[in-house]
Amino acid sequence: MTLYLTESPLDLGELLASVQSPERGGIACFLGTVRNHHGGREVLRLEYSAYGPMVEAECARIVAEAESRWQAAIALRHRIGRLKIGDAAVAVVVASAHRDEAFVACRHVIEELKRRVPIWKREVYADGSVEWVGSRAAGQQGSELRVTAGFGGETS
Amino acid sequence: MPSTAAPALTVRVLLFASYADTLGFASVELRLTPPATVGDVLDRLRALPGGERLPPKPLCALNLTHVSSDTALSGGDELAVLPPLAGG
Repeated sequence: MTLYLTESPLDLGELLASVQSPERGGIACFLGTVRNHHGGREVLRLEYSAYGPMVEAECARIVAEAESRWQAAIALRHRIGRLKIGDAAVAVVVASAHRDEAFVACRHVIEELKRRVPIWKREVYADGSVEWVGSRAAGQQGSELRVTAGFGGETS
Repeated sequence: MPSTAAPALTVRVLLFASYADTLGFASVELRLTPPATVGDVLDRLRALPGGERLPPKPLCALNLTHVSSDTALSGGDELAVLPPLAGG
């Protein structure tokens, strides 16, 4: 079983090797790394936490949907725990026959992960404050996802 | 029906991140009278100290799948109430 979550540093080489093959000539990679600023404040480090079993289930659905739609092989990994500035938090690697599908599928997978996968981050700022990202503004209002077919099979 | 009312159903409710901080716990078992929905659990949570700070329609997942608040519950379900996602 693929584990999409890890507490270890991400290994891009390992992810690349897992999707490369002679018939897939286009490979697109996305790395999301820890930024040193957020909302005008200096960030010292952050901590990711997750609803592990659902991360695995939802990432598997996202990858399966995208692999089938773009005829691609996709590796996806998210790191949790305490990360420092510059550490890679998420990696997406997409290999397909040609570059167009690789770029589009890579963008799709990272956007769907951000929209659907239950991971949270707590930022520690230089001024000593600590905050859950997203819980301040829009997040505290209605945030129920539109649940549609192809997104868990329910309708709303 | 001659039989008595349907027995209560028990669901396990999980809270994460800022919601766990707000309500002061990460997991609780709730007994509900069927038929019950996700929205009924949210109402019960709102009645607890700190629960008034939950948004009107928080993100919810039932047995690891996103659902809307009108989804029906069954005994043994695991319902997670998810704060705004911040992966990536």
